[in-house]
Amino acid sequence: MAEFFDIYMLPVFEILGKILLIVLPLLGAMAYLTYAERKVMAAMQLRQGPNMVGPFGLLQPLADGLKLFGKETIIPSASNRAIFVLAPMLTFMLALISWAVIPFDVGMVLADVNVGILYLFAVSSLGVYGILMAGWASNSRYAFLGGLRSAAQMVSYEVSIGLVIVTVILVTGSLNLTEIVMAERTWWMHLLLFPMFIVFVISALAETNRAPFDLPEGESELVGGYNVEYSSMTFALFFLGEYMNMILMSAMTVILFLGGWKVPFGLEWEWLTMVPGLIWFVLKICAVLFIFLWSRATLPRYRYDQLMRLGWKIFLPLSLLWVLVVAGALIMNDALPMPAGVEG
Amino acid sequence: MIVEAIVFYMFSTILLLSGIMVISARNPVHSVLFLILGFFNAAGLFVLLGAEFLAMILVIVYVGAVAVLFLFVVMMLNVDMSRMRDNLKKNMTVAAVVGFVLLGELVWIFSNWHFSEDAELNVQTPFSAEDAMDNTRALGEVMYTDYMLFFQMAGLVLLVAMIGAITLTLRHRPGVKRQKINEQVNRQVKDVLRVEQVESGSGIV
Repeated sequence: MAEFFDIYMLPVFEILGKILLIVLPLLGAMAYLTYAERKVMAAMQLRQGPNMVGPFGLLQPLADGLKLFGKETIIPSASNRAIFVLAPMLTFMLALISWAVIPFDVGMVLADVNVGILYLFAVSSLGVYGILMAGWASNSRYAFLGGLRSAAQMVSYEVSIGLVIVTVILVTGSLNLTEIVMAERTWWMHLLLFPMFIVFVISALAETNRAPFDLPEGESELVGGYNVEYSSMTFALFFLGEYMNMILMSAMTVILFLGGWKVPFGLEWEWLTMVPGLIWFVLKICAVLFIFLWSRATLPRYRYDQLMRLGWKIFLPLSLLWVLVVAGALIMNDALPMPAGVEG
Repeated sequence: MIVEAIVFYMFSTILLLSGIMVISARNPVHSVLFLILGFFNAAGLFVLLGAEFLAMILVIVYVGAVAVLFLFVVMMLNVDMSRMRDNLKKNMTVAAVVGFVLLGELVWIFSNWHFSEDAELNVQTPFSAEDAMDNTRALGEVMYTDYMLFFQMAGLVLLVAMIGAITLTLRHRPGVKRQKINEQVNRQVKDVLRVEQVESGSGIV
């Protein structure tokens, strides 16, 4: 029995503990991301933002959560019950499971899989199902149109995200997220990857259905998009999922382009290197998240055909071309990463 | 080992059950969703085998792209299953004949199927065991050396299919208003705007 406990139960408890360690701070971060969003947007529009609940309105996210929790869950009688309930759960779950492979620091990762970046890409490409299922199961025109729009948008921008990831993999020579961060990059590699960084951030905005690409929930034409029929906790799960995806996409940006937990700009001052990697990682994620909020407060919403044009006619050819450019530059400089034991 | 066995049976049971549900579910949207569940469990089986690259590609390509389009089409079509069933009964004999012919052909092909010696060697030892490679690299090394020709041919077949699909659906409709981004960007103020001083009581010609 003791043997059984050692071999099977102990690892399970260890993994469960680690999962809690990731999920709980994440939920907190998500809650305060909504607060940050309202404060940042308020500041940009010369307003106060939430300032009533607690000092500086800091307890506002908790109040919002409690309010949503206390509301009645309404399931439309014409809806497809099972799928209607399943959709928000799926969205929320998918937003959570991606974090299993995110490295927060050297060795600070739940599952250090070989194909981490592919796993992230796979999970993020699944996000579309929650929205599509919600749109269809609601049996409402607004929700359905929102769902269709969102699906088309996410599928389109995934293509360019995939190609951007390929350029990064070319430079780093590994699909493992830790190795992607640890790979040495020279200045011209950073320079080469910079346009792809911009493409990636814009695609991330589109992939997470955020402004200026928030057509799926364009309230001026679709009331609220795929989640009109949802209320209470089912709505809250969609909401949580959306914000969690924002944090996830920021984390991906940081890992792929901004050097993860390393000190920014390769500085080696002692008071900077003293800071734990986790702190740098979080700070960098916050910086990218600010771009999300900033663009929401400043940019008007795209029109649907413009969105598709940007995805298919500009980003796709550009990133495809850039794969060739990066590969060519790497071969020219003899810098193509080679596995150990293989001659170039 | 016990855990692996349990997980294996779990994945394969769900895979088979969802496969059955795909063809027996009344609602076509449910069918597609069960198909996706099936893909997932197949990916799980790949992970169990240690082929994590194949598992991820399966999820990315089939679940992330192909099944989304399936779902799209099925949701929009609004299929009436009862009418489909009537049609099925009417065409049962034809379908059965076609099915048996195809089955016969497949059996005939596979009974004569044999591998070349090189391929057989590759099947036995896809890559040498001493240099421990992750399976992404192992796949790449086989695919881009021994099977380069087949790989390229598969790519060409896909390209032809893609071009075919585009030519079949491309229509040039006259009289459609389109946004011309270049013209819009290149528009100058002096081309479209004219400022004139107008004396009172007179108009502009």
